[in-house]
Amino acid sequence: MNSEGKKRIWSDYQKEIADDHFFYVRSCIRQSFFPGSEQFFLNLMRNILGKDVYENPAHTTCTGIGYHSDIVPSATIMTVIARHFALMKESGYKNIAVSCVTSFGLYTEILETWKHFPEELAKTREYLFKATGREFDIPENVAHSSDIIYKFRNEIALKAKNLLVNIKTGEPLRIVEHIGCHYAKMFPKSGLGGAEFPNVLSGMAEAWGGEVIDYPERRHCCGFGFRQYLVQANRGYSVSNTAKKFTSMKPYKPDMVLTNCPGCNMFMDKWQYTIKEMEGETYGENGDSIPILTYEELAGLVLGFSPWDLGLQYHMVQSEPLLRKLGIEFDSTDKFKTKDGRQMPVPQNLINS
Amino acid sequence: MSGDVIVIGGGTAGMETSGQLANAGCMVTLVEKEEQTGGHINNWYHLFPDRRNGSEVIDYLNNKINSDNITLLKGITIDHIEKHKNRFIVKTNQGKELNADAIIIATGFDLFRSERKEEYGYGIYDNVITSVDLEMKFRSGSLKMNNGESPKRIGIVHCVGSRDEKTGNLYCSKLCCVTAVKQAIEIKEYLPDSRVFCFYMDMRMGGALYEELYMESQEKYGVNFIRGKVSEVGESINHSLIIKVEDTLVGRPLKMELDMLVLMAGMEMSEGGRKIAEMSSLKTGENRFFQGRDNHFGSNLSNIDGVFYAGTCTAPMNITETISHARSAVSEVLDYLKVFRK
Repeated sequence: MNSEGKKRIWSDYQKEIADDHFFYVRSCIRQSFFPGSEQFFLNLMRNILGKDVYENPAHTTCTGIGYHSDIVPSATIMTVIARHFALMKESGYKNIAVSCVTSFGLYTEILETWKHFPEELAKTREYLFKATGREFDIPENVAHSSDIIYKFRNEIALKAKNLLVNIKTGEPLRIVEHIGCHYAKMFPKSGLGGAEFPNVLSGMAEAWGGEVIDYPERRHCCGFGFRQYLVQANRGYSVSNTAKKFTSMKPYKPDMVLTNCPGCNMFMDKWQYTIKEMEGETYGENGDSIPILTYEELAGLVLGFSPWDLGLQYHMVQSEPLLRKLGIEFDSTDKFKTKDGRQMPVPQNLINS
Repeated sequence: MSGDVIVIGGGTAGMETSGQLANAGCMVTLVEKEEQTGGHINNWYHLFPDRRNGSEVIDYLNNKINSDNITLLKGITIDHIEKHKNRFIVKTNQGKELNADAIIIATGFDLFRSERKEEYGYGIYDNVITSVDLEMKFRSGSLKMNNGESPKRIGIVHCVGSRDEKTGNLYCSKLCCVTAVKQAIEIKEYLPDSRVFCFYMDMRMGGALYEELYMESQEKYGVNFIRGKVSEVGESINHSLIIKVEDTLVGRPLKMELDMLVLMAGMEMSEGGRKIAEMSSLKTGENRFFQGRDNHFGSNLSNIDGVFYAGTCTAPMNITETISHARSAVSEVLDYLKVFRK
């Protein structure tokens, strides 16, 4: 494989990412399934990188899951997203930072729709004004929060406490990256590095000392695929897609999977448990499963934050094998304790722990 | 007949027009951007349909321009064209000023840059090559992979950058199907035990002896033709190529392991032609090639009196068609000079 060829492609897919003053919009499911990620993003941006990031409590879901399952019509979702832009205008911000890949895909899709069909933009302005009395501006800059961490990846590397290196072997950790379909597949120009050989996550992994694995089913769906999962009768497709992907990456012995999209993280995490229960199959080394981390969680580990403050314990596949490789000290009994030391209920059947 | 003509482009069309005009008594200045004339044929080993060695065509064309009436300027590009009272003033990148009664644009085509079809991994995966790369291998007499071994399973992808909305090229490049068939046969001759798979959308074999070649490739050489477009290329842990393609006749997706993949790169308006169009207000068509004044009766005529087109600067053509088009351009130029040099 020729890495110069990849660099040529990456140079075609660079985009402007604002440097400061972000209006941050959270994801519905990220807050539920790996809540430490968004919290750490805010901590990183505000307290470590010294950036201004604002959240408006009136922000809502983008209704993306409803849209992709044919429940929410396009006029509705355009109006909901227009309301987000109105909140941003009212808050005095022009740069939007989007936490969720599904939402990011929708923001880019809707902005592109308005560019080509200005009558749709006019209708949306009218709907929003009639419904809420609000008006909005088109954002000056739209970035996924992974774009922003990519932008500051070298600053993070300079502050690193734990590089992505196996402390026993001295070798770089082998990392599978998965950007999620809606980040760049619809509009390759909106993703760093494009859709075929994306750079947003691989750039972070390499800047922090890891080695990225290219395996045959790298581009394959994580298994979510919306209707594959949302329609109960289709869930066999969902699991089989995940199994296909993991079977393909297994020979490369990945140490972890780095994800961009909440759906991908959730399904690649939880279906490993399901497949283990159904088939007894695991995909990591020594019978372990492969930890699936978000880019914020990985940035947090690199910067030396406690894995439990980052929320790694809320994944189905526990991260202990990865933490040991990185040489990060941890106390597993602290996993489910509150900040003031009270013990919370401990989930059953966590794997890798 | 007398008259001064500048021919821009020293490939097949430019050399043929220059030779014909010189024979007719015109003084020709032939301008070529490279240090070598002959254009793309220099990169081709054997030509379809009869497997003539490309060097024979080069020899013919070189002989054609061996005339006292032709001044050949190599390594020169055109910076400026203007028309003043039926005379053209052409400035080169070296500051030279040329004058002529007529201009023939013969700027040819550029091969589609296959790395733009990112999903095929050209420039990233070692054994993904283009049709030109394969010709170079044929010419060197060695058809090997990067590791020095002979490939056993070779795929050929048709329509790379042709008939492809994603790349903005809706047109058919015409020559890729027959090139694929010719190259598939040559691969089988080099490596009789290999298996060759052609992935095509439609087989467009619209030239003399093309269909016969297609039949021969299947009946005599056992080349497999699969109707479907390759959607992505990856690499396995042992560095063989993994491709995904839909077999549209069977109606099923296929995943296949190959040792080598050859991309049939299409034809695009050349960069040199595009620059000349910009500097001279010459019209280009939807396909971005130069647009003749009339599709049926005026494919050599531009929208500027005294500027003519020859060859693949107007559309994809094979060598036979290019030479015919070049000769018809000469006929148009001579008619024009009769009127304007009275």
